[in-house]
Amino acid sequence: MSAAAASDGTRRARETGPEAVAGDAAKLPSPNVHGPVARRHLLVVLPHPDDESFAAGGTIAMHADAGVPVTYLCGTHGDMGRNMGTPFFAHRESLRDVREAELRAACRILGCAPRLMGLRDKTVEFEDPDVLAARIAGEIRSAGADLVITFHPGRAVHPDHDAMGEATVRAVRSLSEAERPTVWTVAVGDREALDAELGPPDVVVDVRAFGARKLDALRAHASQTTALFARMEEEGDDAEALRAQMERAGTVEAFRTWAA
Amino acid sequence: MDEIDPERLQRALDARAERELHLHLETTTGTYSAMGPDRVPACIAFARNVRVRYLRGAVRGTGPYRVGLKTDGGWVYGDGLTHATETDDGALLMAGYDERGRLRMAFQLSERPFREGAA
Ligand SMILES: [Zn+2]
Repeated sequence: MSAAAASDGTRRARETGPEAVAGDAAKLPSPNVHGPVARRHLLVVLPHPDDESFAAGGTIAMHADAGVPVTYLCGTHGDMGRNMGTPFFAHRESLRDVREAELRAACRILGCAPRLMGLRDKTVEFEDPDVLAARIAGEIRSAGADLVITFHPGRAVHPDHDAMGEATVRAVRSLSEAERPTVWTVAVGDREALDAELGPPDVVVDVRAFGARKLDALRAHASQTTALFARMEEEGDDAEALRAQMERAGTVEAFRTWAA
Repeated sequence: MDEIDPERLQRALDARAERELHLHLETTTGTYSAMGPDRVPACIAFARNVRVRYLRGAVRGTGPYRVGLKTDGGWVYGDGLTHATETDDGALLMAGYDERGRLRMAFQLSERPFREGAA
């Protein structure tokens, strides 16, 4: 998600969690999911190392702790990011290995197995969507996934996010009814606008028991999140909004069920 | 990466003249720049593993630096370079970082193709 990338506090805060908007953290939706939903396998399909922790870290940990296998199918290595650590310790050619190592550490914390597709960061929307969908369908089948989490196509801000969500719902559509998992999407942006357009999220997972681990997983993505956590310690409205959003991120994760 | 030493960088450019190289050239504002305080729309370009051969390469300026490569039929140009390094496998990596350590520009030359794909 590269949430640390934007530089304005209010907008930045908006990116600390899906649908996070500064100032309305008080209006938390009531959780309606308090335990694992997948029985066989939870497959998370997102394009960047760190998307899994921002978008679904608590839900991943909840399933893993209940003994449900969880795989993170990560589209790219995040290798075209501009955040190189704060102070910077990576360059364009080393970022790929840095982020892969960070992802493996975050996945260990959350309890999921990473699988990297090796696409180039920023190019997912230019791949053949049917080829991508076929690869993802193969992963769903071989894992026997009964729950898939991906980005909401067209409502996930970053072009890679939208393209990965689109390929994933195509993949699910291509499966027979017996193979077809439930799909939860993650929308990104202004919560009120998204609710007005899409309706409020129908799945609100109570992740309070996993909030600390989710934050640890986010910290493991150090090249991307060190600056974010540093800003949280500052004074002022921006930092306060950021802290409120992090608190929300450790409390609930909201999804919409995709009608395949 | 080290802060650019222009004399050292000039030697690295001289050593690579008239050789078949791969170029990675990139500038980036970050995908989320439209969400930043100045609402600057994203302006990002990169070209990776483009074959290039230059007759003459030069570093200019007092920092951030400019680098120009004169090729057979044209030019490769970059302004805003702050750091450079030579890797173990012989690539010359030049980059421009902002005051917060974020990449603004990458300008890289390598005899071997830059890594690509799942491996
Ligand atoms: Zn992302």
